[in-house]
Amino acid sequence: MFKGVYNWIDERLDITPIWRDVADHEVPEHVNPAHHFSAFVYCFGGLTFFITVIQILSGMFLTMSYVPDIQNAYYSVEYLQQRVAFGGIVRGMHHWGASLVIVMMFLHTLRVFFTGSYKAPREMNWVVGMLIFFVMLGLGFTGYLLPWDNKAYFATKVGMEIADTVPYIGPYLKELMQGGEIVGAQTLTRFFAIHVFFLPAALLGLLGAHFFMIRRQGISGPL
Amino acid sequence: MAHGSKDEKVVYVGDSRVKKKSSQPLQPDYSSYPGKSEAFIPNFLLKEWMVGAVVLVGFLVLTISEAPPLGYPADPNNAAFIPIPDWYFLFLYQLLKYPYAAGDYVLIGTVLIPGIAFGGLMLAPFLDTGNERRFYKRPIATSLMLVSLAACVYLTVVSWDQYQHELEVQKIEPEHHKRVREAEKNALAGKPYNHPKPNDSVALVAADDPAMETYKKATCIACHGGELEGGGAPALLGVGDRLSKEEILTVIKDGRGAMPAMLDTATKAGVTEEELDKLADWLAKQKKE
Repeated sequence: MFKGVYNWIDERLDITPIWRDVADHEVPEHVNPAHHFSAFVYCFGGLTFFITVIQILSGMFLTMSYVPDIQNAYYSVEYLQQRVAFGGIVRGMHHWGASLVIVMMFLHTLRVFFTGSYKAPREMNWVVGMLIFFVMLGLGFTGYLLPWDNKAYFATKVGMEIADTVPYIGPYLKELMQGGEIVGAQTLTRFFAIHVFFLPAALLGLLGAHFFMIRRQGISGPL
Repeated sequence: MAHGSKDEKVVYVGDSRVKKKSSQPLQPDYSSYPGKSEAFIPNFLLKEWMVGAVVLVGFLVLTISEAPPLGYPADPNNAAFIPIPDWYFLFLYQLLKYPYAAGDYVLIGTVLIPGIAFGGLMLAPFLDTGNERRFYKRPIATSLMLVSLAACVYLTVVSWDQYQHELEVQKIEPEHHKRVREAEKNALAGKPYNHPKPNDSVALVAADDPAMETYKKATCIACHGGELEGGGAPALLGVGDRLSKEEILTVIKDGRGAMPAMLDTATKAGVTEEELDKLADWLAKQKKE
């Protein structure tokens, strides 16, 4: 039955080569922790992606309760954490996952750096990886404001003051992010939109490019 | 039918009448590496899956044992609060506290140093162009990275220490700790343990004022509730924080939003002009604290 459906689709769309390419590509011994324990350092990239998937899933569940409005944001987070079934776990996963994803990405970056894997012909993939790094930091910065407690508010205020010091574009940058003269209602909705729509979209595009280039170029050889 | 046998699989290229050439694009293979390479799915993914499972267990243990912190609602007038960013921004935050990267030289801290560091990192493949990949054969790149790493770790640790020190000196308890402690106390006492919304915490002011009788007589009570707590209409607790006496009188006389003009109703119920004035006076006194 399943095979029949698969064959029916495959006859028309020829999907076999697409997934066979992903499934059958060979993984060399030097990155396989089953052969060399020290090869676990090659797992950090995959783990970063794993935590990113957790972030996306837990974030989707968070938006079911979260209200991006200065009157209700804090109380909706508190309600989620205290009253919604497993709400504390969902928020906990998103909160701690945000730190863990930075840690994993940092370790992955160091692995790529110290194994010299960013060298030709993989320069572009390194640059895309750095862009992913910046998008992740942006996600961390915008997400920090969303619970709308004092820590969130004052950290964002400091961030805005730092943005303000940039020559020429600083004040415009600050106003663009704040959505006005102060950190307030507009800032919260703006940060919410950036955190939930703009940056994740950019992240998915960059991740797609990152993975595409890995498939085309393969993992760098053993040292 | 363009193809003869039913079993023959046809791969189309754009124009469906043109059969695809059988040559596949070259896949990188690892036959040049000595050793045991294996297929990605399922062989290798299974191993990566196990690493992932170990990480996931650790992650969930952390999540369950440590509730995510939440302080008190943002209050822009809170001057005593010590701002602190998330830990991975601490190194930048700390950098800006040094005199050579603050005040007149703030651009060094906000633009120059981060720009050089992150710009250099971003352009690493174009700066470090040699063929050598082993880190101990690339002393410049490796030492620059190690120095930057040490600097980031140092700045982060110093920043966190200073924050802790400041909390201690100013005798400030971090809000997320305070909130948990208060919530636990309230929960044990059988009281609601969530942080009260501003409206909830406003008490009725001067409940024994004669204006309370006018409030009942003028039928305000029907919609705004026996304790001004609201019901069919908004609560009037703390209304004095939002409206002045004159504004309250205008609302009573002319209505506002869904509220009809109540002057006629009140007059028919026998409320005098003077009583109405006292009522507005009393309502204007309904302030927080």
